[in-house]
Amino acid sequence: MVEIVFIEHDGSEHKVDARPGSTVMLAAVTNGVPGIDADCGGSCSCATCHVYVHEDWLEKVGEMNPTEEAMLSLSPDRKENSRLSCQIPVSEELSGLVVTTPEFQF
Amino acid sequence: MSEVITPEHKQSKWSMVGKDAYAMPLEDIDLSHPGIWQANEYLPFLERLRNEDPVHCCKESAVGPYWSVMKYKDILEVDTNPDIYSSEPTIGIVDTFEEFTLPSFIAMDRPKHDDQRRIVQPVVAPANLKNLEVLIRERVCKILDSLPLEKEFDWVESVSIELTTQMLATLFDFPFEDRYKLTYWSDMATSIPGGGLAKSQEERWEAIQECLAYFTRLWNERVNTEPGFDLISMLAHGESTRDMPPDEFLGNLLLLIVGGNDTTRNSISGGVIALNENPQEYAKLRKDTSLIPNMVSEIIRWQTPLAYMRRTAVRDTELGGKHIKAGDKVIMWYVSGNRDAEVINRPNDFWIDRPNARNHLSFGFGIHRCMGNRLAEMQLRILWEEIMQRFHFVELEGEPQRVYSSFIKGYTHLPVVLHGKT
Repeated sequence: MVEIVFIEHDGSEHKVDARPGSTVMLAAVTNGVPGIDADCGGSCSCATCHVYVHEDWLEKVGEMNPTEEAMLSLSPDRKENSRLSCQIPVSEELSGLVVTTPEFQF
Repeated sequence: MSEVITPEHKQSKWSMVGKDAYAMPLEDIDLSHPGIWQANEYLPFLERLRNEDPVHCCKESAVGPYWSVMKYKDILEVDTNPDIYSSEPTIGIVDTFEEFTLPSFIAMDRPKHDDQRRIVQPVVAPANLKNLEVLIRERVCKILDSLPLEKEFDWVESVSIELTTQMLATLFDFPFEDRYKLTYWSDMATSIPGGGLAKSQEERWEAIQECLAYFTRLWNERVNTEPGFDLISMLAHGESTRDMPPDEFLGNLLLLIVGGNDTTRNSISGGVIALNENPQEYAKLRKDTSLIPNMVSEIIRWQTPLAYMRRTAVRDTELGGKHIKAGDKVIMWYVSGNRDAEVINRPNDFWIDRPNARNHLSFGFGIHRCMGNRLAEMQLRILWEEIMQRFHFVELEGEPQRVYSSFIKGYTHLPVVLHGKT
């Protein structure tokens, strides 16, 4: 299992174990981490699983595809380290990954 | 979001009202005519197409040939491939007449869609909504406290329209005493000439021109003052929108008015009907009002206030094994996808504690996903929180009357009686 740390906008921390091959979004949803809605269920088409990736991990989570970029580019809360967590596959390499959830999903 | 067709008698040869969905050849099924929607007879037609021909070609209809996409996953595919399935020239099933067409970003492709949407989006973003919550609650309370107990009245007029109209006036910082004009313009914009509020295309157009004149005046006032946090000010000062031609300004305004009006209004009415038809769910709600946020999503799925969105294929492609040609009209029937048992468990049940209730199609998916979705949810949530504080039962007292439209899935009249808490 791969450990992922979710930090809510108010600072509360949630450490969860994720299964390789799953996604960061699913890791949050299946472990009851608040702040991730995932309205479209993981098809990169609603932008309600928005997270901010801790800078130490930016390179490791890899590049965005154009669809993710298109969805995120419409978010008013988008920052440079924004990602849609349904588009980040869980792998051993990401063990210890730290992401922050925004105050609101939109 | 206007749906324009030439004046047409309601008893038209195209109407499917009174027909048995399972007794006709598949190819004859036509969902575009408003008849079955107003008569509340559409469900068997959706069910048959979903099961027997989920990407269905209707070769002949009053609005020409079109494809119907019936299943959740196929709808998702169309909605998330805007480079194949364009939102231009219109998202209505009827091809628009150029002289009566107004451009708005719902009917634009990238990059213009993105540029314009980004300007107005912050006003309905959750951060701004948080500031609006207190005001919305005050208004909801005032409306509910003015309603009679144990006496029949029309829920559509007194609650659904009143609340959404007040909300719109707030978002536009529109003169409050004139707020009913917003509802009138919205209803005229979506009205089918000859089939509803507007008697003719000219009458409809006149209302739209009146709307333009009013908003132009507001624009001129706001463009010369400091940027404010209302939609008109945002359009007047936004980099991609401040030099908009008048027709585009009006098109986007009407989009925001209709988007914020018809949809939430009909979900407000729909919730009352759903709870009356499902007394066990109403009982569940009385026992546990913390179910309200989840119920709101379920109401929005169950109602599906916009039955479809239309796309137009820009190149030849394949969908569900069918060959779609460049230029073909493709209708995503959200109302059908929301009843697709392959994705939605027990889809015909209204189920207020449904797991994954948020996974419905009513807001669409992809870059055109409903911008006001959080505002809609918030209005419905606050409304039901306050209803449950005050009333034991919002009782339906007769048959709801429905809108004559295959696009706006809603109600014109909903007789109810309120019973207080004892």
